Amino acid sequence: MNPGVATVYRWELRKLRYQKRTYLGLGLAVIVPIIFVAAVSFKNNGPHDVAFGDYVDRSGLAVPLVILLFGAIWMFPLIAALVAGDIVASEDHNGTLKTILTRSLDRGQIFTGKALAATTYAIVAILLDGIVSIVAGCLKSGFNPLQSLSGTVVSAPKGLELVFVSLLVYLIPILAIVCIGLLLSTVTHNSAAAVVGTLMFSLIIQLIAILPGLGGAQPYLLSTQFNAWQGLLRTPTDWDPIIRAAWVCALYGLPALGAAYLVFLRRDVAGG
Amino acid sequence: MAADPPIEVRGLVKRYGAIVAVDHVDLTVQAGDVYGYLGPNGAGKTTSLRMMLGLIRPTEGHVRLFGRDPLLGVHALEGVAGFVEAPQFYPYMSGRRNLELLAAYDGAGASGRVDQALATVELSGRAGDRVGGYSHGMRQRLGIAGALLRAPKLLLLDEPATGLDPAGMRDMRVLIRRLADEGMTVLLSSHLLPEVEELCNRVAIVRSGKIVYEGAIAELKRGAGTAYRLATTDDERALAVCRAQRGLGEVTVEHGYITFSADATAAAELSQALVEAGALIKVLAPETVTLEDLFFSLTEGDGQAPGPVDGAAPSVVPS
Repeated sequence: MNPGVATVYRWELRKLRYQKRTYLGLGLAVIVPIIFVAAVSFKNNGPHDVAFGDYVDRSGLAVPLVILLFGAIWMFPLIAALVAGDIVASEDHNGTLKTILTRSLDRGQIFTGKALAATTYAIVAILLDGIVSIVAGCLKSGFNPLQSLSGTVVSAPKGLELVFVSLLVYLIPILAIVCIGLLLSTVTHNSAAAVVGTLMFSLIIQLIAILPGLGGAQPYLLSTQFNAWQGLLRTPTDWDPIIRAAWVCALYGLPALGAAYLVFLRRDVAGG
Repeated sequence: MAADPPIEVRGLVKRYGAIVAVDHVDLTVQAGDVYGYLGPNGAGKTTSLRMMLGLIRPTEGHVRLFGRDPLLGVHALEGVAGFVEAPQFYPYMSGRRNLELLAAYDGAGASGRVDQALATVELSGRAGDRVGGYSHGMRQRLGIAGALLRAPKLLLLDEPATGLDPAGMRDMRVLIRRLADEGMTVLLSSHLLPEVEELCNRVAIVRSGKIVYEGAIAELKRGAGTAYRLATTDDERALAVCRAQRGLGEVTVEHGYITFSADATAAAELSQALVEAGALIKVLAPETVTLEDLFFSLTEGDGQAPGPVDGAAPSVVPS
């Protein structure tokens, strides 16, 4: 079989399985919902200052939604950055980039395989977090109907479906973060700088969002897109924030991804 | 039409700001050559090899591998393998796993060559261990194994014996010799003169990014002639005879000996002339110019090979 993007993708996933940082991110995605549910059980009520916070006692399905709100600040960007920021830079640092670039695969194929692997990792982490949240939440508060943001009550199966679609919508800004992580990974040649840089970018955007006088820019900030999924939990469904998230995140992510691709294609591999 | 040579480099330049790492390098490696790319550390050998493998872009000039430009895609590396600086692998995977990855990236039946490559470099016994625990020598050998997966016609090796212990160096030389005997063309960068002298038929000697000699080692040494040391019963007369004698290079007096360069015939004729002049020979000893002498004179001196005789000068490129 001729080698191609699928070959790189398969081996990138295999390499991820050998590396500790992979399990650090996935472990975070698993442990945070468990700690949250344990804390809520101990206090016997949920956080009141956040959407769905009041419902976690009534339905386990509210737990993944609260975690999505909390996780947007740093946890999910960090998990996405752990692999996206590392996947090119670590090869630079270890000198293995020159090893794989002198085989029979073009640079474009190598980059694409890596980008797909980083994307897969982010998707797996979010879905894993969602599943653990649902299971832990339902064990604590039961698989009960969920109250939407409009006050209407949806059945538990319908609520479950909405939670899963919310997770998918949440992936839109996460994938933009992955693209930015890939760019920093490609240009910095330094894994730590790329991971921290991606996280800093995410945090700075959150800070900009709370600056006074920037209300008009709010809908176009990346941080706002982390709340787009809430449109699904209104009656009737509010698609506007979701559609906006799609193109706003594309505006953040695609130029970063394109720049990373072009830099990777043309850059000198002089290290290692 | 003649087949394209394995390596053809023309006018190759690499600048990093004001620093010229590689300065208008021209070289041609013909099929079957074991070609030494020789120079002190920092002379630009690794940078040249990176350009040959398409890892970095030349500022000027071009590289052709079997007529193909490595900057235009990896198809130019068909039949080509090698490594620059120390070969690097994923430390968290075993030697075998690393080779399996490389074989998957090579395609074209490389996966079937993993076992044989491991056996060739005598790593079969340690193939299941993580590369993170390998010694430097084992990684160098794994680097060669990785190159052999591609069943190359041309092998580019950057300082393959550097950092190895004497036994490791010997094994590496034996391995390279064997591969060359099997018909592989090899370009070998090195600052180890015995390695180049033992393995290579042609050399390029590089100094500060520039080639100061390119050609056959035998020609370089022949061109440099042989230096002789002479002591007689009457050195004053002998000196006059030497200076008058045809076929001798520059005649000087050093450490109480008359020294000059000459070929064997000229030296024999001189001995007769000395006897006829009444200066009886006490010592007439040839001192063969070694590759080491040539190397130092080319890389540290004025860029001229020592003592060429009778126009048989090697093709020394003025620096």
